Amino acid sequence: MADSVIVTKDLTRVFGDFTAVDAITMDIKKGEIFGFLGANGAGKTTAMKMLTGLLTPSSGEASVSGYDVFTESEKIKKRIGYMSQKFSLYDDLTPMENIQFYGGVYGLYGKELKQKSEELIRSLGLQDKRSSLVGSLPLGWKQKLAFAISIIHDPGIVFLDEPTGGVDPITRRQFWERIYEASDRGITVFVTTHYMDEAEYCDRVSIMVDGRIEAMDSPEGLKASFNTSTIEDVFIQLARKAERGDE
Amino acid sequence: MKTVLFLLRKEFLQIFRNKGMLPIIFVLPVIQLMVLSFAATYELKEVDFALVDYDKSIYSQELIQKLQSTGYFAMREYSDDADAMLELLEKGDVKLIIRIPEGFQEALTSGKSTDLQLIIDAVDGSTAGLIQSYTNSIINDFNQEKLGLIASKYSMAPVSMVNLKTVNWYNPDLDYITYMVPGILVVLVSMIGLFLSGMNIVREREIGTIEQLNVTPITKYQFMIGKLVPFWIIGMIDLLIGLTLARFGFQIPFLGSLFTILVIAGIYLILIQAMGLFISTITDTQQQAMFIAWFFMVVFILMGGLFTPIESMPQWAQDLTKVNPVAYFIKIMRMVLLKGAGWAEVYKMVTILILFAFGLIGISINRYKKTAG
Repeated sequence: MADSVIVTKDLTRVFGDFTAVDAITMDIKKGEIFGFLGANGAGKTTAMKMLTGLLTPSSGEASVSGYDVFTESEKIKKRIGYMSQKFSLYDDLTPMENIQFYGGVYGLYGKELKQKSEELIRSLGLQDKRSSLVGSLPLGWKQKLAFAISIIHDPGIVFLDEPTGGVDPITRRQFWERIYEASDRGITVFVTTHYMDEAEYCDRVSIMVDGRIEAMDSPEGLKASFNTSTIEDVFIQLARKAERGDE
Repeated sequence: MKTVLFLLRKEFLQIFRNKGMLPIIFVLPVIQLMVLSFAATYELKEVDFALVDYDKSIYSQELIQKLQSTGYFAMREYSDDADAMLELLEKGDVKLIIRIPEGFQEALTSGKSTDLQLIIDAVDGSTAGLIQSYTNSIINDFNQEKLGLIASKYSMAPVSMVNLKTVNWYNPDLDYITYMVPGILVVLVSMIGLFLSGMNIVREREIGTIEQLNVTPITKYQFMIGKLVPFWIIGMIDLLIGLTLARFGFQIPFLGSLFTILVIAGIYLILIQAMGLFISTITDTQQQAMFIAWFFMVVFILMGGLFTPIESMPQWAQDLTKVNPVAYFIKIMRMVLLKGAGWAEVYKMVTILILFAFGLIGISINRYKKTAG
């Protein structure tokens, strides 16, 4: 495999006397689709916030795209895309306006921005929704649009925090096709999800329990070593040991 | 720089798309200016009074006539039953009872002193004060007249007294609208500045887009400029609308330079917006931000010399106005518009405003963090 793009060593985040993320170590390669699983409250979102520069770690080491998360978080931000479970587009702007705004923020402008925006609108099939507000679009479309925007600047890595929550299996499947496309373009995908079928689509999966990574392997590898037929069973075996509940 | 332009474009798109917000931004200030300016008046209009006249003399009649001929007072009841009149005062039917004692005329014509009782409904202290000073001056006048009569009657030289002749400068007719409008303009731009920009940031926090912005390469300076500039422009437009209305609607004299006003308003708006920004950095929801902003606004306005003169506040309150930007700007507005003050007169206050603005912007930028924890 190619170079590592996300490397962490004993990365920890403490809130008061609560250790949200407890010494996680991982090494994610370029172009990989990495599934970051865990029950609610296991510390996934906290870990992701540290990697995207939204939260300063308490201890340990981590680098993203070769930049240190402690000291170079602003440099990291130029090279990553991020789509959170909280819906992050502006409801009172049209799809085009959203694309142009975020594109502009990531340094695209002029012809290039125009071209990219048109391309996005076309590939998402949003031509006839051009002038309607994002708030009026179905959730699945919003998610696809948000994902497209999060990779508009061709980042090295895209972080997806439960990107497909609340939509039907067909829409989720379509969303994953887009993730594959991004991965084919060489974009590393770091994704959290609660859907175990989605975990099967990943190149590699880690399962977090109570702030620690309890297992990390390819879906096949995990199923083999836990002697189960689905990732869901692996997950249940591990998550049952959890002492923490919902946050 | 390009990033800032994209931010500005987005803000303006959102502002002009919000159909509920547009009238609030552009129509409400006009209504506020008109309503407040006409309503917030301290002029006395026809005060109803009750008369208890135990003297029933020519003098007592004269005095009452004199009071009524000014147009400020109107007699509603006349009775010898003082208790019944007190009841009227209690019910709020009259604001004033005048009691003229027996022997009133007798005392005056023979050069003795006599008492006259005024009972004023002082629930509204400022109106009571006005009633008192108006009646005082009318009664004084009456007194002078009678003193003159006595003097000529006993063929003495008229009693000479110091006669005050007052001329009101800058606002010769004591027109309250002239006095209020410049101050209300200040309130107007303060509201726009304080509420809109601060609220806007908190709104992004509420809907979660701020987190998305925080993972982009936008710097906090760019972000803040993007939030400040649109509402600065809107505040200035509102001020221009207000000034136009003041000049041509209310006929307020503009003795000073309009340019001076606009420059100072520009600085003031930055300061007020910086406050809004600061509030946004210490709150998580629009509700919290609204409450805090409202709290400060009320204190600033009530203690800003708009309704009550700062000079008549207790010392500690006067000291507090030294950190009240609204007080400074109201004072500057009145000085420049009504007195024609120029830079020489206001530069000290403007310097203070500039220092406040820099301080607050520094604190807010320092407090606004793209990273948590």
